[in-house]
Amino acid sequence: MAIEKITDTRQMLHWPGHMETDYIYTLGIACEKFFIEIKENGRILGAKCKHCNYVFVPPKLYCEKCFAKLAEWVDLGIQGVVHTFTVAHIDINGTELKDPEIYALIKFNGAEGGLVHKLGEVRPSQVRIGMKVEAVFKPQPNRKGNINDIKYFKPRE
Amino acid sequence: MFGKKRVAVIGAGMTLFRRNLKETGKELAWEASNMALDQAGLELKDIESVVMGTAPDAFDGVHMKGEYLADGAGAWRKPYSRVFVGGGTGVFAIDAGWWHIASGQFDTCMVVAEEKMSSCYPHPAYAFTTIFDPIYSRPLGVTLIWIFALEMHRYMHVHGIKKEDIARVSVKNKRNALDHPCAQLGANITIEDVLNSEVMCWPVQRLDISPTSDGGAALILASEDVAKKITDNPVWIDGVGWCIDTTFWTNRDLYYPKYVQGAAQMAYKMAGIKNPPKEIDVAEVYDPFDYKELHHMEGLMLARKGQAPKLTAEGVTQRDGDLPINPSGGLLGVGNPIAAAGLMKCCEIFWQLRGEAGKRQVKGDPRTGLAQAWGDLMQYGSVVVMRS
Amino acid sequence: MSEKIKHFPGESLKGRDIREGRVPTIKHRPNVKYLWSAGVAMSRFLEGLKKGKIVGSSCKKCQRIMVPPRAFCEECFRPVDGYTNVKDTGTINTYSVSYVAGDASRIKEPILVAVIDLDGASKGMGILHLLGEIDDWKTIKFGMKVKAVWKLPEERTGTITDIKYFKPME
Repeated sequence: MAIEKITDTRQMLHWPGHMETDYIYTLGIACEKFFIEIKENGRILGAKCKHCNYVFVPPKLYCEKCFAKLAEWVDLGIQGVVHTFTVAHIDINGTELKDPEIYALIKFNGAEGGLVHKLGEVRPSQVRIGMKVEAVFKPQPNRKGNINDIKYFKPRE
Repeated sequence: MFGKKRVAVIGAGMTLFRRNLKETGKELAWEASNMALDQAGLELKDIESVVMGTAPDAFDGVHMKGEYLADGAGAWRKPYSRVFVGGGTGVFAIDAGWWHIASGQFDTCMVVAEEKMSSCYPHPAYAFTTIFDPIYSRPLGVTLIWIFALEMHRYMHVHGIKKEDIARVSVKNKRNALDHPCAQLGANITIEDVLNSEVMCWPVQRLDISPTSDGGAALILASEDVAKKITDNPVWIDGVGWCIDTTFWTNRDLYYPKYVQGAAQMAYKMAGIKNPPKEIDVAEVYDPFDYKELHHMEGLMLARKGQAPKLTAEGVTQRDGDLPINPSGGLLGVGNPIAAAGLMKCCEIFWQLRGEAGKRQVKGDPRTGLAQAWGDLMQYGSVVVMRS
Repeated sequence: MSEKIKHFPGESLKGRDIREGRVPTIKHRPNVKYLWSAGVAMSRFLEGLKKGKIVGSSCKKCQRIMVPPRAFCEECFRPVDGYTNVKDTGTINTYSVSYVAGDASRIKEPILVAVIDLDGASKGMGILHLLGEIDDWKTIKFGMKVKAVWKLPEERTGTITDIKYFKPME
């Protein structure tokens, strides 16, 4: 039997469906503390492994290198540096964005890892790798204990 | 000897099994594997390879959760693989750990299993409806419990087994679980309680079924050379087996699990076991439903076809019986975080063979133990035989 | 070592506290849609249903007539030799009475579910389907003869539900 070349499954017998499942994720031990600090005190915390002299951000319950339990928290401040960035011209569904969005990996002084977040108050053409930025939080009453409690990072003079 | 190196189990760890745990899946994996390392007296740097066992991504709600869980499983910059054969995953994970070392490639392997079913709403069973063939089965509204009810009913019909013969398994396992410090559903219940519980999908009733759970478990495997340096009391993996039957499950007679028999034959041949009921001292048989313990005992040739209910009624499978089955309390009692539940069974056999199971210790001095799991679309068997 | 372990980790939460937001959580609903193509053998099966026929496939080597049909014989691992209609009657191989819906919620009127070994197919070749026109499920018996009840030809769309259910043949 010859193999048919089909580019659109709707042209043949098919069955449509979707997965109607909702998820509710607990934040876990380490991440819960991380987000409560952001929500209540506007602080970005890392977790330090003393053995490896390594600060994880976002924080973890354990060091992935040596497996020690991490109990030492480090206040990283709210300022960081653009490690790399991209400019999104389409959204998650492939629709063109009127205003392109800038997403960056932001690293903090004295910590490994970093946060992926949006950049604001800046045009794509102005963004540079190595640029200093700082977190802009939502007003405290509007914070919910998730990553969007930080509205975006903006350039620091 | 099979393989280039003989393989030992030298440490085990697990978390509590609960309906909802706060820890993320990674954190559960770390808690279990960190405990197993402590128990073995090793550190992460001593581990050369890692096998992760975890069931459908749709439970945790993290697609490709093998990579997601890697750091919690201690896999940072190590050879790492995730194995997945549905419910059979937990025991298949130790089988996979065995070949990592038996191949001669590694001297140590950490085997980790995790499940976080509580993320899934309205119920993890809903995620399971997507395992069925989208064209033949799903339009009928098929749900997982249907297929088990159909299998249970066929098994009862062919052998003339009554519900009370099956309910004894649930009574036994939930009582055994009262002595397990991690158990979710240890309880003293009666046969009448099972028979009077809610009919969900006849003949399956509420107390015939294990719960949905969160949890993690882990084992440390080592080659003979390494194991003998670390411990005077290693437990050897002497047999591994796995087997799958047709995915057209409506095309086979559901009364007997041939796939479990296939897996058992492979493991028995390797372990040199000729007469399983005589040679096996203690077994952890996969029991997400009470009838499955009986069904699987027969597939494992620990009982003749249709005779497992009789052995159960005679008390043979109690902890103080001649062939203790599920002294841990099994999935019915300890809980059922799918892959972690299978690996919990391997942990139990390890503890039983070392004489370290405390209140759950079976009588005598068990030397040979077996753990088994079952999965995919009611078609997969995985078996491990261990000796002290 | 379980007796040597004094503390087993794990922080238990109440489901209610999670659902009612007393525990910090993140919610997400994946929005993924699928179109599953029926493929070679299954397309024949679905076209057959539209015409009121149940299509199987046959393998000359192992002499099996298989339902549901497949494009290859999984035992002989060779292409099937052809497609053939089997009957729309059969016997109940096993059955169940479901008070549970797919999302684990409970339903009042139970769904009657069976594996039906179809006449004209090889022994033990069953399909999953529903039973209907049964007042009291306790009257269902293993080995009972049943027959497909079809939707009207103009209502059929080429799906497994073109057969409404199987009913007892007396």
